[in-house]
Amino acid sequence: MVSQDRYPEGLRYTREHEWIRVEGEEGVIGVTWFAQDQLGDVVFCEVPAVGSRLTKDEPFGVVESVKTVSDLYAPVSGQVVAVNEELESRPELVNEDPYGRGWIVRVRIENPAELDDLMDAEAYRAMVEGSD
Amino acid sequence: MSPEMRSAPARLQGAEPTIFEKSRPGRVGLTLPPLDVDRRPLEDLLPRDMLREEPPGLPEVNQLEAVRHFVRLSHRNHGVDLGFYPLGSCTMKYNPKINEDVARLPGFAGLHPYVPDDLAQGALQLLYEMEQYLCEIGGMDRVSFQPAAGAHGELLGLMLIRAYHESQGRPRKKVIVPDSAHGTNPATAAMCGYAVVEVPSDDRGGIDLEALKRVVDEDVAGLMLTNPNTLGLFDENIAEVARIIHDAGGLLYYDGANANAILGISRPGDMGFDVVHFNLHKTFSTPHGGGGPGSGPVGVKKKLEPFLPVPLVAFDGQRYYWDYDRPQAVGRIRSFYGNFGIVVRAYAYIRALGPEGLRRISEDAVLNANYLMTRLAEIFDVPYKRRCLHEFVVSGTTLKKETGVRVLDVAKRLLDYGVHPPTVYFPLIVEEAMMIEPTESESKETLDFFADALAEIVREAQEDPERVKGAPYTTPVSRLDEALAARKPDVRWRGPAAG
Repeated sequence: MVSQDRYPEGLRYTREHEWIRVEGEEGVIGVTWFAQDQLGDVVFCEVPAVGSRLTKDEPFGVVESVKTVSDLYAPVSGQVVAVNEELESRPELVNEDPYGRGWIVRVRIENPAELDDLMDAEAYRAMVEGSD
Repeated sequence: MSPEMRSAPARLQGAEPTIFEKSRPGRVGLTLPPLDVDRRPLEDLLPRDMLREEPPGLPEVNQLEAVRHFVRLSHRNHGVDLGFYPLGSCTMKYNPKINEDVARLPGFAGLHPYVPDDLAQGALQLLYEMEQYLCEIGGMDRVSFQPAAGAHGELLGLMLIRAYHESQGRPRKKVIVPDSAHGTNPATAAMCGYAVVEVPSDDRGGIDLEALKRVVDEDVAGLMLTNPNTLGLFDENIAEVARIIHDAGGLLYYDGANANAILGISRPGDMGFDVVHFNLHKTFSTPHGGGGPGSGPVGVKKKLEPFLPVPLVAFDGQRYYWDYDRPQAVGRIRSFYGNFGIVVRAYAYIRALGPEGLRRISEDAVLNANYLMTRLAEIFDVPYKRRCLHEFVVSGTTLKKETGVRVLDVAKRLLDYGVHPPTVYFPLIVEEAMMIEPTESESKETLDFFADALAEIVREAQEDPERVKGAPYTTPVSRLDEALAARKPDVRWRGPAAG
């Protein structure tokens, strides 16, 4: 059960440890269980403004933990339609529920073909656990 | 002997209240004589909008209470004069006390920065000679002492690189940094308006040359490098790296954070660097930590000299003077001439050691680091199987996997041994990293004590991991909730808590 929680099916994953859940023409983006585990306690998230545009593979935000500061990379290009405002007061949600209440931004996906470059849960698990 | 047996005397345990909590209304440190002039209301002397409506909440204590409070706090500090301080990349070496004597000579300590050049010839001569020493050590042509610390030196260095490219027609767009760089390097480049391009390290810990070639083009303003890098490894391909950057018209910036490894052995200028900053508060034994102050002189090759800030010290064969006739200078980046008293201390250090002594410093720093790395290889993972220079990185990956104890916990447990922990979780390219720099100052006994302490902690992690995870136990305050402190910082005294 634990390993399923760490690599949920149905999401697409980046090599930089972001995930995206496609919901119609939009996608919800966050960081993976592995990312938050490596970061340690998250203390601050810098998220883009609603209406700004993400470019695939470019940094779009920052996650800061007690250990380090890490860029967030966009899994796809698209316009930001919502950001998780709860993270401002409760950044720990990234640790507690990385695939749920710890989501970071919601974008309108410009080019669904970009999703094809991303990994599925099995491939992502292989990448993470293979690097052990 | 367990670390608890070595704990500080009881009087130094426990939290020291803030000085505000010791305040009693009306208590004073000095009793002033009766006023012998007419008292005038403040409103007659100052504009009303400049006056506070309520008096400031200053603590009211007597002299002895004030003295005891701050002396007690000072006893809770850790410093290199108190114990081992192997903080990687920080070069926490011994600060010879003779440096302090020299800096307190009245001719230096009492000198006003506005005195005419003719009354400051000794101080100007010292700066002039110190510039020559740093030129010789770094293989550079001119040096400015204005930057007040390392990151300030980086800022000036990148401003000079930008000024140079602008004089060539265009400032260019990007600066390359390796993935093992200090965080200040990309921050500085971004601050100077450059896009930061990161290049990965190869499996020897140096810059991946093929990756470098892929990102180098006519838009590259320069490359910033620490050599040896933050892994404590000398980039063996530095000449090739320099050729690739120079062929594209870019410049090389040497971050001098790790210069303690190279004194009298190799020179950034000979490696191909065009700009270098030194940290006098690391390499040249001036106080580091606790506010320093720091000093980050920047040296340049001839072609960048016109852009150095005003003024520089010059010598006409008979007298020393401030040279302000520098039309292409980037301006001034600090008041007066940097932290002069710190330059005096570093000058004393260099003069006391001489060229052979400086070389010996680096040789001993490298020897100490390799000795310690060899001992620690028995208990931690060593990511790069090479001889290191003045520092090295080990990883606690296996320890974490086997016991759940992280290097953060190991670092906290070291506090119970009276040791300042190494740098942890840096560089970012090594998992569970611990970056250790013993410096040349330490004896074999100290190095062995440290290695033994770490072995003891690893053993404890295997037998009683919760014990390590709860450390420290002997410090005035125990494990702090760093995440809560960062998420909900509460940094201001707001009076006694209600109830």
